[in-house]
Amino acid sequence: MTNDLVIQGLVKTFGKIRAIDNVSLTVKEGQLATLLGPSGCGKTTTLNAIAGLEIPDKGLIRVGDFALTDTGKGRILPPEQRQLGMVFQSYALWPHMKVADNVAFSLKLQKVKRDEIRKRVHEALDLVGLADLADRYPFQLSGGQQQRVALARAVVTRPRLLLLDEPLSNLDAKIRENARVWLRELQQRVGITTIYVTHDQSEAFAMSDMIAVMENGKLLQFAPPEELYASPATQFVAGFIGATSFLRGAVASVDGSRLTVRVANGDLLSLSDRSGKSWSQNQNVVIGIRSERVEMASGQKDNLLNAGVAVSTYLGSKWQHEVDTGSGRLKVETMDAAASDRLSLYLPPDSILLFPE
Amino acid sequence: MTNRFRLGKNWLYLPLILMAVFYLIPLYVMLVTGFKSFAEVDLKTMWNLPNGIHFDNFVEAFSKLSPSLWNSFVMVIPAALISSGLGSLNGFILAKWKFRGADIIFPLILFGMFIPYQSILIPLVQFMNAAGIKGLPGLALAHIIYGIPITTLTFRNYYASLPQELLEAAKIDGADMLGIYRHILLPISLPSFVVVLIWQFTSAWNDFLFAVVLTGNTQWPITVALNNMAGSQIIAWNVQMAGSLLAALPTLLVYIFLGRYFLRGLLAGSLKG
Repeated sequence: MTNDLVIQGLVKTFGKIRAIDNVSLTVKEGQLATLLGPSGCGKTTTLNAIAGLEIPDKGLIRVGDFALTDTGKGRILPPEQRQLGMVFQSYALWPHMKVADNVAFSLKLQKVKRDEIRKRVHEALDLVGLADLADRYPFQLSGGQQQRVALARAVVTRPRLLLLDEPLSNLDAKIRENARVWLRELQQRVGITTIYVTHDQSEAFAMSDMIAVMENGKLLQFAPPEELYASPATQFVAGFIGATSFLRGAVASVDGSRLTVRVANGDLLSLSDRSGKSWSQNQNVVIGIRSERVEMASGQKDNLLNAGVAVSTYLGSKWQHEVDTGSGRLKVETMDAAASDRLSLYLPPDSILLFPE
Repeated sequence: MTNRFRLGKNWLYLPLILMAVFYLIPLYVMLVTGFKSFAEVDLKTMWNLPNGIHFDNFVEAFSKLSPSLWNSFVMVIPAALISSGLGSLNGFILAKWKFRGADIIFPLILFGMFIPYQSILIPLVQFMNAAGIKGLPGLALAHIIYGIPITTLTFRNYYASLPQELLEAAKIDGADMLGIYRHILLPISLPSFVVVLIWQFTSAWNDFLFAVVLTGNTQWPITVALNNMAGSQIIAWNVQMAGSLLAALPTLLVYIFLGRYFLRGLLAGSLKG
């Protein structure tokens, strides 16, 4: 019996707002899945519903056979009976307890023997590299240390599920990058099924086995990071992930999954569609272009796009240009400064994403 | 900092000192009179220092007042503890475990603060008689109930300032409602407890009106006993003053030793972590 986390048909409304709109997903045991989206997309509400801090209107949440929430059967376990670990955005360490007592709290409530508590608290603090700070109070620790104590507290009971609510967002940018590598490594070492909430796409890509992109309470796409990047399900997903520019156009020809699209300035772009949708000639479409895949034309005959340079910005390691194509602006990056105020750009066929208008 | 500003700050001490002196005048009269002999006590010489130090006034006052001092402690300590405890529980529920109607019940509880003692004296006595609660326990009960609004207010406001995540983290770790109160909120709010305990201790200790209507002469607390120590013909002012000092001493000591916690606790709600 695997201990996958299964969510089915989760709904939560606040008044007229659908904070979670029929979300279903399955996270395999031991994997780290990220709920990604802009603020107000329902990712934190979903996390709180898993934790039991929010009671959904409808839906099923279970880990293996252990049902946490099953509104069909009227079962909603209170948070204290769900056997989870959770790290809060503010860490929420109890200020009157030493580090060791913070970590030991859940074990004390479970009436674990004193020697066993001491052993497991030491193990947990050792895991996060803070064993020598056990006797400090939280206010004596740095933000990064507090975050690690919160993590030790969350895993000390060896919970079936670990919930992380933007745990890195209160850290400095530099520490944050180290922390996410460290956190990912630790999660894989412990092998604990983890739900991670963030609005930071690079964090999501760096850490996740699976990413769920949410908007307005809806789950738009649930896929591994590579797939999410290569074939985003909707224009919103494509726009939220990576630096994507969108141009309007119309389908010029269809040949199976090979299409040609004419953009407003008359240039023809061919591409291979990965969405599996059906397209018809003259259909209005939107194409998404990953700016990091755009090249300066150097002898290619097809897939050329002519555009005038509107703004050029020097970023040190590269140039960034905003170019006007006549059907929308496009961001492109090049190694060298633009030679003239008109550019001929080459768009590799597999770098172009296609969406219905 | 400019010189002018520093000068201005120094001038501030003058009115402060004057006010402190003015405030301490009764204490001065009480002290010097308490050390005088009976013959020395006279309106004309009331500002003079005593000729010698006479401790016998204090010995006499203590021998007369010690049973009622004891009565006061027996009544005040449980009254302060219980009304603080109840206020803390109320505050916890009203701030963090909101139920339907919590926002109506809270102001209703606060309303109790504005009921003058005098207006409920007769029903209070009738209730105590009907309920068969006599003497000190009845007096303690009256103070417990009268204290609930202010203790509830203090604790509710403090608990409302605590981040919800602090409680949610305890829930996730397996604590139920009582567990959260016992392990998290109760220890965190110790500074508030000091404030509320001092407040309750002082107001119950200094109360005269409830005490005089609810207790008979073997159970008089110190305030009533002190008043009744003055004879009907001649008042031994020196003994009376020594007794007043004895009566004021416990609250004075409480402030001296717990005063800094008092200030810290008063600020606890407004300051972060």
